[in-house]
Amino acid sequence: MSPQFLYTIEVMLNGLMAGVMYSLVALGFVLIFKASGIFNYAQGVMALFAAMTLVGIQNGQVPFAHLVNAVFGTNIHGFGWNLPALFAIILTLGVMILFAILVERLILKHLVNQEPIILFMATIGLAFFMEGFGDLMWGSDIKVLDVGIPSGGSLWLEDKTIGWAAEGSNYYGMYIDKLDIVATLVALLLVITLTLFSQYTKTGRALRAVADDHQAALSVGISLRRIWVIVWAISGFVALVAGIMWGAKSGVQFSLSLIALKALPVLILGGFTSIPGAIIGGLIIGVGEKLFEFTIGPLIGGATENWFAYVLALLFLVFRPQGLFGEKIIERV
Amino acid sequence: MGARAAAQSIDQGAELLRVDDISLSFGGVKALTDVSFDVLRGEVRAIIGPNGAGKSSMLNVINGFYHPQQGEVWFAGSQRRNPKPHNIAHQGIARTFQNIALFNGMSTLDNIMTGRFTHMKQNMLMQAFWRGPAEREEVQNREKVEEIIDFLEIQAIRKTPVGRLPYGLQKRVELGRALAAEPILLLLDEPMAGMNVEEKEDMSRFILDVKDEFGTTITLIEHDMGVVMDISDRVVVLDYGRKIGDGTPDEVRNDQAVIDAYLGVAHD
Ligand SMILES: Nc1ncnc2c1ncn2[C@@H]1O[C@H](COP(=O)(O)OP(=O)(O)O)[C@@H](O)[C@H]1O
Ligand SMILES: [Mg+2]
Repeated sequence: MSPQFLYTIEVMLNGLMAGVMYSLVALGFVLIFKASGIFNYAQGVMALFAAMTLVGIQNGQVPFAHLVNAVFGTNIHGFGWNLPALFAIILTLGVMILFAILVERLILKHLVNQEPIILFMATIGLAFFMEGFGDLMWGSDIKVLDVGIPSGGSLWLEDKTIGWAAEGSNYYGMYIDKLDIVATLVALLLVITLTLFSQYTKTGRALRAVADDHQAALSVGISLRRIWVIVWAISGFVALVAGIMWGAKSGVQFSLSLIALKALPVLILGGFTSIPGAIIGGLIIGVGEKLFEFTIGPLIGGATENWFAYVLALLFLVFRPQGLFGEKIIERV
Repeated sequence: MGARAAAQSIDQGAELLRVDDISLSFGGVKALTDVSFDVLRGEVRAIIGPNGAGKSSMLNVINGFYHPQQGEVWFAGSQRRNPKPHNIAHQGIARTFQNIALFNGMSTLDNIMTGRFTHMKQNMLMQAFWRGPAEREEVQNREKVEEIIDFLEIQAIRKTPVGRLPYGLQKRVELGRALAAEPILLLLDEPMAGMNVEEKEDMSRFILDVKDEFGTTITLIEHDMGVVMDISDRVVVLDYGRKIGDGTPDEVRNDQAVIDAYLGVAHD
């Protein structure tokens, strides 16, 4: 095999891994959109907030330490503990569940039956609030997230593949970050769990029922408000997973919340209500942008990853507005 | 005692539901004005009247979708205050809709299974960590669902996504979903609208069988006078949101006010 071919494969694999991250964020969007028709602008910030909380809890940071010190003239910074990663993750999950309950109590409950645009605006407000609240709570410095996920290139894979290229060529084996492999496995597990949950449990069925028809769901005894808390909690959990993976890779900082922007083209490709669509859309964009950068990028000066996804989404909007899986929309006249 | 248990303990022929002096308006539109009637345990009680008479609104009041500005609703001997629709389902009231409201993403089986919601007790954590009881419950619910599928003769479409079914069958699946709740009171909003004669006969037979085999009390809205006369024990007639007649099919049929509402001033 020629090294060029192997490089291309490597680029595609790396794209797949990046795509997993987009898929995860898009998945959070889809869950909330299906159940409540809300386009949750805050999904990205939720991932950031979850990651910050995780780091804070794990490192024993005192929440609002700056504020407390400023007001009371104290000088506290940490509890001085270092929690095991799993324990910290479970506590963070608790925080995200609490967050879901508060969102329902303080926002959704008061906006029942409002226009989607109003709800959308509310989530924009929520995003800005959480961003500031997260900074206030945990500080705005860039944080290192370490929950013990292996990282760095997989030497095993390099060893295995180094011999694949033709004899005498300058090929050192395939480079894939172990972190990406873990992220993919975790995402896969997450999706399988969610699917089983929604197919075979009472609550899962209730989620699907609410996604299909609110009135009918009420008529069989399903409480919409309860379901909203549950989907926001699940979306919070998905955001936490995305936050952990992304944070472990590039540190926990504001830019993490911007992956949400990449989820938008994913949703346009995959459709706002399709879980498989979110996943496949994410993978296509991940692979597409890496492959485009690798092949066409050098010809046009590079940095195509910044815009490729959006241009692709734009093309979809023009030529296939229903997305990959949606049925063709035919206007009734 | 929960409301469901209270309703279950009511004797056949005794009052199960009573609406008293109900008035409901939407902005300037008066959908219901001072409407009162009762429903006895075990009977088929029909609500008839021209389009826009307020029949669906009445059902929506009973099932908690609409909250009337005036009047009381009594179910199983206690007055309900600002009920939530999902709580009402847990009290043993199930319903179908005038415009079919099925879960289109699901199969016939899953739609009817979702109708069992009020009979599913296992909570989420149990489901995730301790499958045993949840599985046993799932099996029991599944058996009940299969009984209903047999009863409604829809075995052939068990796995079909309901969105693909023809209209008549969708109505039947919706009835199945409501029956799955094993309701004490079943509300049917125009269960035969848009059906051909044969489908109407089937549906009439199912409704009578539900009453006879399960002892379910039924309140139904229907346009077709012939069908109403055949299957109902007592009839309420609404016109322009007011009750203009109440009695057995024969009494209602010969009532001048009712005849006028239907023949004289047609306002469809
Ligand atoms: N949700 C609603 N909002 C506004 N008006 C309504 C609503 N529901 C019913 N109405 C009005 O109440 C009146 C009675 O309607 P409805 O109960 O549907 O009548 P029926 O079922 O007898 O045909 C109609 O004038 C209808 O327009
Ligand atoms: Mg109606």
